[in-house]
Amino acid sequence: MSTLTQPPKSDRPFAPGRGPRPAPGRSPRRRLATLEITASLVVAVGVATTANALGISGAIAIVAIGYAAFVAVVALIELTGTGARAGRVRARGRAARRTGEMHVDLTLEEHRPARVETRFAQPEAPALHTVPPPDDLPDVPIRRRKVGPDQVVEAGVAALAAAGVAEVVRVALHMQSLVGLTIWWYVAFIAIYFLLTRDHADAEAALDRIVTVLVWSVGILLIAVLAWLVTTVVTKGLPQLSWGFLTHDLAKTGPLDKGGGAVHAIIGTFEQVGIATLIVVPLGILTAVYLHEIRGRIAAPIRFIVDAMSGLPSIVAGLLIYTVWVSGHGFSGAAGSAALVVLMLPTMTRATEEILRTVPDTLREGALALGAPQWRLVQSVVLPTALAGIVTASLLAVARAIGETAPMLLTAFGADATNLNPMSGPQGDLPLFVYKLLFLPNKTQIDRAWTGALVLVLLVLILFVSARLVARRGLKRIGGTR
Amino acid sequence: MTTMLSEAGSNAVREMYPDTHPAELRATNVSAWFGKRKVLERCSLHMEARRVTALIGPSGCGKSTFIRILNRMHEVIPGAQIAGRVELDGTDVYGGEMSATQVRTRIGMVFQKPNPFPAMTIGENVLAGLKLSRTHSSDRDALIEESLTRAGLWNEVKDRLNEGGMSLSGGQQQRLCIARALAVRPQVLLMDEPCSALDPISTRVVEETITELGPQITIVIVTHNMQQAARVSHQCAFFLVEEFGEPGRIVEVNETKKMFESPDDPRTLDYVSGRFG
Repeated sequence: MSTLTQPPKSDRPFAPGRGPRPAPGRSPRRRLATLEITASLVVAVGVATTANALGISGAIAIVAIGYAAFVAVVALIELTGTGARAGRVRARGRAARRTGEMHVDLTLEEHRPARVETRFAQPEAPALHTVPPPDDLPDVPIRRRKVGPDQVVEAGVAALAAAGVAEVVRVALHMQSLVGLTIWWYVAFIAIYFLLTRDHADAEAALDRIVTVLVWSVGILLIAVLAWLVTTVVTKGLPQLSWGFLTHDLAKTGPLDKGGGAVHAIIGTFEQVGIATLIVVPLGILTAVYLHEIRGRIAAPIRFIVDAMSGLPSIVAGLLIYTVWVSGHGFSGAAGSAALVVLMLPTMTRATEEILRTVPDTLREGALALGAPQWRLVQSVVLPTALAGIVTASLLAVARAIGETAPMLLTAFGADATNLNPMSGPQGDLPLFVYKLLFLPNKTQIDRAWTGALVLVLLVLILFVSARLVARRGLKRIGGTR
Repeated sequence: MTTMLSEAGSNAVREMYPDTHPAELRATNVSAWFGKRKVLERCSLHMEARRVTALIGPSGCGKSTFIRILNRMHEVIPGAQIAGRVELDGTDVYGGEMSATQVRTRIGMVFQKPNPFPAMTIGENVLAGLKLSRTHSSDRDALIEESLTRAGLWNEVKDRLNEGGMSLSGGQQQRLCIARALAVRPQVLLMDEPCSALDPISTRVVEETITELGPQITIVIVTHNMQQAARVSHQCAFFLVEEFGEPGRIVEVNETKKMFESPDDPRTLDYVSGRFG
């Protein structure tokens, strides 16, 4: 008998039936309460909604009908002892009380003898090590199911009951907003799910489950927001996206004309962000090296200033460049780049510094012990080790800059014609393209704005993917750790 | 088989580079501080050329600090100060004649934890010292082979020199670090507990490497492993902190055989026989 080779899996007093066992010291009454209430709530809400659908209006009447239904269902479960399996246990308990045994759990009594026997018969069994191990155990990886059918049922019941609560709230408060109702539903779901879980496990396990649900919801919410955003931009922008859009500007396109495009804005974005990046990446890396590798005397004040700069509103950066440059020399793409430099530098510096922090000091020691001067240690060991992270940092800085509108309005100003020279004259870029067209009164222009937004999103996407690929190729060359 | 091969290799190496002459190190009255805390007091030790000197003693007695003072790695730590003299073949390494980087190219070091450079391949790791100290080499491939052979790693990695240094096992990584240190042709090799992160088999290989290198180069090794000190070293220095909070001192310096069989100081006997520490 295979069970002899190992102790009994658990000393639970229940028969190996389907019911999960209650936490020790907790009376099974608890589960009845929540299950009953949940079931009743669902039914009550169903009745109330039906009543509403049948033409009964008025919050008080509906709530009254719902309440009546609720009481009726509870009473029904109480009286018949049918329905939920919890009801059956309750019925047995009631029978026990009737025969005079106060508050004794019959389910325990039925199985206790068997359990006692198993436990004490064990040591007297023949020497355990002589029993050959069972060879009928399948030699396949054990798959642990994180979510069992019980949990699916529980989550389903909780979701339904929460829907009931939300319905009651809708009717009672005359709520119209779907968002509000969703929030009500979510809160009710969390509360009911917690109670349901707590009934068969303990409060700690229930809390754990709830936190899991919360974390998952946040993740899903994030993805949903992103998906919603991308879907909107794509559905509104894609129909007008054509080769012509990428090769024409708006210089000779009237407000109602078909055709035209954003090539002037795309060129502008590339030039402005490109120049800014060329300036910011080396500057940011050098500053980060000063802050973390050299650790000079003024590192602390510099770090403080960089942190303060990262909170600078972008319009202020635009105003600064407008005052010192544009007011004297006129609008230009390079002036826009200058504003972007002010905005990108803190992001680049701090992100790079964080990356340098992750390079272990043992590598620095190793390089120094080989006779390396500090600048060569930084150049040959620290920066190559941190390369993937630095690429990511640059990307963060570019992403920060590429969508800026306000400072560009004050520096590059925007234009409808293609201006290849970033050093003089107003130059368009994609955010300005979107901003200027979106508020025009006719649909052709608004559609163009959406397509411009789509192109901008695609640009950022291409940048992200390509930077990831570059960083990964760098990693592959080095090979992973063993 | 492996031993034979590597022996043959190291013989060839000795013929190839007769000019790499080992140097002696002499530390005189060396004291060290971290901020205000004194961790070493008046330690004097003569580390002879072509011999292996083991520094033994309980944790926290200043062995690592002492060995880091020898190649000016102590001063890298903020707040670290030293007093005394360290002479490499009669030249004070803390005098103005040599810069810290020059000292470190002549006195190589291997650390407790293997630290190959992750952004470099195995071959590049071996040559890292040249790249970092701007030393030129006429034949890089020969230098890679020579250094890896001396470190006892050549046969294991000769077909994968273009893989990353981190793809090796811990013991191989440590031998790669030894090869990296040897590639700059140091006159002295310092090893700070080189085997403490390794399994017994890798430890044995590293010990064999030390034994083979012994006649070619001056070696100073810190170890917590008594058997290791007995196996690889020619002379031993016993460091001890006598009372908590006091700086560490050298209690006894002696030939290894004498140190383990009949040391002069009773405290040394207690330590090497495992009665404390």
